This record gives sequence, C-alpha cells and structure tokens, in this order.
Amino acid sequence: MLVQLSHPHRQVEIKGPKRTKELLRELNLVMEAHLVIRGDELVTEDEMLADADQIEIRPVISGGSG
Amino acid sequence: MNCSKCPTSTRAVIGLPRHNAAFCKACFTTFVHEQVARAIKAFKMFAPEDRILVAVSGGKDSLALWHILLALGYRADALYVNLGIGAYSEESHRKVRHYADTVAASHGAKLLVHVVEQEAGAGIRELATILHRPTCSTCGTIKRYQFNRAAVEQEYDVMATGHNLDDEAARLLGNVLHWQNDYLDKQSPTLPASVEGFAKKVKPLCRLSEREIAAYAVVNRIDYIVEECPMAKGSKMILYKEVLNRLETESPGTKQRFYWGFLDKQTTVAPATESMAEKDQRTLAPCTTCGQPTTAGTCSYCKMMAKAKTAAHPRA
Repeated sequence: MLVQLSHPHRQVEIKGPKRTKELLRELNLVMEAHLVIRGDELVTEDEMLADADQIEIRPVISGGSG
Repeated sequence: MNCSKCPTSTRAVIGLPRHNAAFCKACFTTFVHEQVARAIKAFKMFAPEDRILVAVSGGKDSLALWHILLALGYRADALYVNLGIGAYSEESHRKVRHYADTVAASHGAKLLVHVVEQEAGAGIRELATILHRPTCSTCGTIKRYQFNRAAVEQEYDVMATGHNLDDEAARLLGNVLHWQNDYLDKQSPTLPASVEGFAKKVKPLCRLSEREIAAYAVVNRIDYIVEECPMAKGSKMILYKEVLNRLETESPGTKQRFYWGFLDKQTTVAPATESMAEKDQRTLAPCTTCGQPTTAGTCSYCKMMAKAKTAAHPRA
C-alpha cells in the first residue's frame, strides 16, 4: 500500500494486508499523535488495510511557545 | 471496531481509549460538541447572547473551535493575524479565508484580519532578528496584543482560543518542571477581564485531546493547514507533548488526569494570598503609549514596535 507521511512530506510503499496499529508500529509512530486516513475516511487501530489502499498518516501535534 | 453508542453498531471511525469507547462519525461529532458544551458551562465561559471573538490561525484547533461554536449556535466572529512567514502564512491565510467564505458567512459570522507587516513594517522572523528575541516569543507577544486589542476595541464579550487538552497538559508539565508558580495561576480555562483593557479569555477545547480535534476536523471536512509552523520546529512544547503521548499510550487518561486534577486542586484549595484578579489590579496600569494594561510603564508590544522602527529608520 502507498502511505503518505508528513514532516517531511514523503511517500513509502508498505506490504499489506496489515492492521492500522501494526502499520504505525512498523513506522515507529505513536497512535496518540497520529490519524490514519484511508482515501478520505478515518480508520480505527484495528482496521485491516489492503495492498490497494491509499493511506495518509497525518500527525496531529502542533505548537510553538504559546 | 463498532460504535459503542449506536444501537445499530455502525463502523467506528475513532477509538478513544481514555473513555473506553469508539464512535462512528455522527456519534463522535455529538461527543465533541458535548465536551465543548460541558467546558463552557463548567468554567462559566460565556452565555448564548454573548459576542465571541475566536483567534484563528488556519490550523485544526482554531478552525474546529470556530466550527463547533457556530454549530452550537453561538455568535462567533474570528480574527486572523498574518505573521508574514512566507508561504506558510499565505497558505494558512488562504485556509482561513476559505472557511470564512464557505462556512462561517452562512452563519452570519465575519472574519477580521490583522497583517503584522502593515503595522510593524516587517514580518515575524525579521522582527525577531531585529529584537534579538526567539521567534515564538515575539509571535506570542504580538498575537496576545492584537487579539486582546481587537476584542476590547470591537466590544466582544469574550475572546476564545483553540488551546486543547494536550496544549494545557504540556504547558502544565513545563511550568511544574520549572516551578513557575505565577504561570500556574494563569492556566485556568477561563481568565477574567481582571482590569479595564483586558478581554475575558476562554479555552473551550480544554476537555478534548489534539488527536480528537484533528479527527473532528477530518470527519467534518474542515480544510486546515496540516503543515507545522516552520518556526515551531524543535520547540519545548512539542517535546513535552511527545513525552505525554508516550505516557498516554501506556496509560490512557494520563493527560486528562494530570490537567483536570490540577484544575480540581486549583478550585478546591483556597488561594494562599491574593486571587489572580486582585494581583492584576494591584500590579497593572495602562501603557503610556497605547493604554493596554502592563506591569511596566510602556508595554512589551509598544517597546517592540519602537525598537523595530528605530532599526528600520536609525536616523529618524
């Protein structure tokens, strides 16, 4: 599956099928700091992702000093 | 994973371990609205007839806050401060304008804009260099000043910011690590208009995590700027948030227990000396240049502007 990542913006190919939480673990990312979006729909951590899926892993942390 | 609220067990779009729940789109939107309504009521933020000024940046939190307040039927306008950070500011300004035109306008809400470069003669990065101050601290001073000025001058009852549970827990962690007691006093989700010239300030998203707000924005098709402010890279706040998210992953509910526990103690333990409002009334006086409250003769914003103008026109 094609996975789009941010900070910096890049794409990686990951072998499926795979559950969302396994994908995040493989990329060493914390669920609490990210959303996983398939197409334009949010998916939960137990969702099975297939090779044909377009996935975006979107970071949610932001913030400077204020 | 199915929605834990729907009788028909619709497919969930988000799991919330700290609440031991999972929600479909509709139930999640209801959950977010209920959390905001609870915060507004519990911290006496504003009444249905009040005029609210939302501080918007183009990011998920502030646009989601504007969206939620309008959905709940409040009278909420917004102010965007264009900081002049090149392509980042252009993109965030475009997102805010798009939301104002396509959604907020249909609720009768309007967008106000302040452009830093027009008043200061330079963008935030150039100002920070001229002033020999960190960019984030320069930015904070300018935004606080402009939002307060707009709220007071245009007679809004209250100013609302998009600070969320993660922001407040990370700030609390930083303040506790350095025992900054004066800052701890100012971590309440409602800060009163303690003196003439200060707007009342509220944080209606304080019961919601950063991830929940981002999810709300995705579910409700709010087009926000995902890119991080280039000036915030490597900031202490982000480090504190990462640490707290590690703890949250191991022990769901850590962030809310930390911040809400602090707020509970703040309300149940009587203040040892004087209240924040009493202290403000004792220590603040109008700035000799602009009239906004300050502890010094001239406020830090006016000092910054004077320095910036001297640097731009050294012989004037």
